[in-house]
Amino acid sequence: MALSRRTLLALAAGVPVSAALTACGGSSGPGRSGGGATYWYLNGKPQETARAGAVDAFNKAHPDGQIKDTTFQNDAYKTKIKTAIGSGQAPTIIWGWGGGTLRTYAEAGQVEDLTSFFEEHSDVKEGLFPSSFGAATVDGKIYAMPCEAVQPIILYYNKKVFDQVGVEPPESWDDIMALVPKFNAKGIAPFSLGGQSRWTNMMWLEFLFDRIGGSEVFQAVIEGEKDAWSHPDAIKALTKAQELVEAGGFIKGFSSITADSNADQALLYTGKAAMMLHGAWSYGIQRTDGGDFVSGGGLGHMTFPPVEGGKGDPSNTVGNPAQYLSISSKASAEQKKIAKDFFATGVLQEAEVKQWIDNGSVPIRLGTEKLLAASESADFLRFTYDIASKAEVFVQSWDQALSPAAAETLLDNIVKLFQLSISPEQFARNLNAVIGK
Amino acid sequence: MSALTGHPPRREPRSILPWLATPALVVFVGFAVIPLVGVFALSFTTWDGIGTIRPSGLTSWRAVLTDPGLPHALWVTFAVMALSWAVQTPLSILLGAFLAGRQRYRAVLGVVYFVPLMLSSAAIAIAYKALLDPNFGLGAGLGIPLLSQDWLGRPGLAFGVVVFVVSWQFIPFHTLIYQGGVQQIPKSLYEAAQLDGAGRIRQFFGITLPQLKYTIITSSTLMVVGSLTFFDLIYVLTAGGPGDATRVLALDMYKRGFQAGLMGPASAIAVVLVLVGLALALLLRRLGGRDAGASQLEGA
Repeated sequence: MALSRRTLLALAAGVPVSAALTACGGSSGPGRSGGGATYWYLNGKPQETARAGAVDAFNKAHPDGQIKDTTFQNDAYKTKIKTAIGSGQAPTIIWGWGGGTLRTYAEAGQVEDLTSFFEEHSDVKEGLFPSSFGAATVDGKIYAMPCEAVQPIILYYNKKVFDQVGVEPPESWDDIMALVPKFNAKGIAPFSLGGQSRWTNMMWLEFLFDRIGGSEVFQAVIEGEKDAWSHPDAIKALTKAQELVEAGGFIKGFSSITADSNADQALLYTGKAAMMLHGAWSYGIQRTDGGDFVSGGGLGHMTFPPVEGGKGDPSNTVGNPAQYLSISSKASAEQKKIAKDFFATGVLQEAEVKQWIDNGSVPIRLGTEKLLAASESADFLRFTYDIASKAEVFVQSWDQALSPAAAETLLDNIVKLFQLSISPEQFARNLNAVIGK
Repeated sequence: MSALTGHPPRREPRSILPWLATPALVVFVGFAVIPLVGVFALSFTTWDGIGTIRPSGLTSWRAVLTDPGLPHALWVTFAVMALSWAVQTPLSILLGAFLAGRQRYRAVLGVVYFVPLMLSSAAIAIAYKALLDPNFGLGAGLGIPLLSQDWLGRPGLAFGVVVFVVSWQFIPFHTLIYQGGVQQIPKSLYEAAQLDGAGRIRQFFGITLPQLKYTIITSSTLMVVGSLTFFDLIYVLTAGGPGDATRVLALDMYKRGFQAGLMGPASAIAVVLVLVGLALALLLRRLGGRDAGASQLEGA
């Protein structure tokens, strides 16, 4: 009697807890029940509107195979999606940046091999920028569908500030170094930089490496060549970056400014800084937040200038060749079918293409020249399209191209490099240690 | 757990009591002991959080213990702990003793002092980040050069800001503890001291402070062990930066585990964190517990 009462009590106490435990596990992931496919992507206007619009249009046309979408903030998403995939709670459609992260998913067997899908739907593949498939391919197999827009890194400048100081946009690295004291003398920061976000500093190195040593220098890192970071041109590029910091090239307090808050963008359109190296998406932000800055012709844009004596082709660019959609291998057959339908008939359709163009982005669909020319941002779009289509080499953002572990070491050391707390040689040593990891 | 084996002779009325601990025990085992064992096991593996978990012996431990990042993170953690303790304790005791008075205006002030405790750490961090922005913050807005420092961009300053904001957030809580402690001191002690001609300052050092001994130990334990887990505030405020100037152990663990995908080394750091926390809690208990039998009316 006494025993059974005890057992009962123990059970009574235990049940709510185990119920709570299962509830915790279930609530963080999308239910696999309920049929339809799930899709996670980034929020933040104006891009979110285009993404949601494509899903809505697809759902309307497919009442029997719905997609349920959930949105996340950029930095929060990067950790959330990894945890979800690792715990078997991934959405059917996984939004990402391709490259090194996609490789870890593919090697762990977490995402579907889409090679045969693209063989069957060759029209889908042929309708997109060929360069966008590089970061979707792991060991010769395609694991993701390129989508959305091409985003090269662009050197923006504030034309009003240039007029005010009476100088011309730089045509070489020496020009940049010569402009620095001129702007500083007028109390204007030469360059805006959201240094706390780390990848913002990285864009500088991406260009300096390419302009000085050509694309082979970083390619050697990707290929796991021993001591690739110690290449003399790499050291030279790192030294140049530090010279710019030492000369006061960046806004005061850059290491505490985050790009997530768009404070770096604000510095440019308020005229507190004269120039900024940033992604093509920055144009849309400047236009939305900057009042009449863009419409009034205040925003100038150009490619990163060549460095004297450098070996790199000045047409080379860096950035994100596209965004990427993968299918979770853990999804049900029905969910995978819906996802593939979405890839074939729902991604970058006419309405979505138009929305990206209205946002000031160049969608990766081929044959949109007319639409681009008719847009109110035609000048900028033409410029981006030319960069993307004419680039000899389009280097993927380093932190996306590398594995997550190597990327973290890279970003950490970049911050230290820009703080001048480590030398170029130390930087190279620290990074040589994680090559191929 | 020892409760389960305790008191065998008194059977009838007491036999149910150990069972009352079951719910708490189940929660504790489910949410503390099992994850701890899991983390300990993970620290001997290689796992990127996505693929398969592969046992790898001491690789993770070797990587963590030879990384100069670990002593640095430990140093930052202890420095934040010591400095925030040194700032919070005297201020909290003084405020607590002040608010323990029965005057109406002190009750009103008490409510005002309490406000920071009601805000979430993330909200506090975002607010301070905006206020301290070198280009758009308070200093730039009001045109006060002294305030427009690069607060979060220089290692020393950023460290100071973290200690300041942590103290700002938690002083109200500890003030509350000290207020309760002071109110429990028998009035007769003060009356006797007054008769002997002791002034207010003499009374504070002669009666209030010694009487608060156990409150100080409680509050210090909370501060010290709590500061080991500072994460949200620092993550939002500085993200451990600039460089690694404010990268405390908990942040180091998060970055390794969830950003770099190195779950093995991150688990090893988690184990270090648990050990340091346990050692500190034990030490503080010893400090207070040695003379547990001694009079609590010291100075009486």
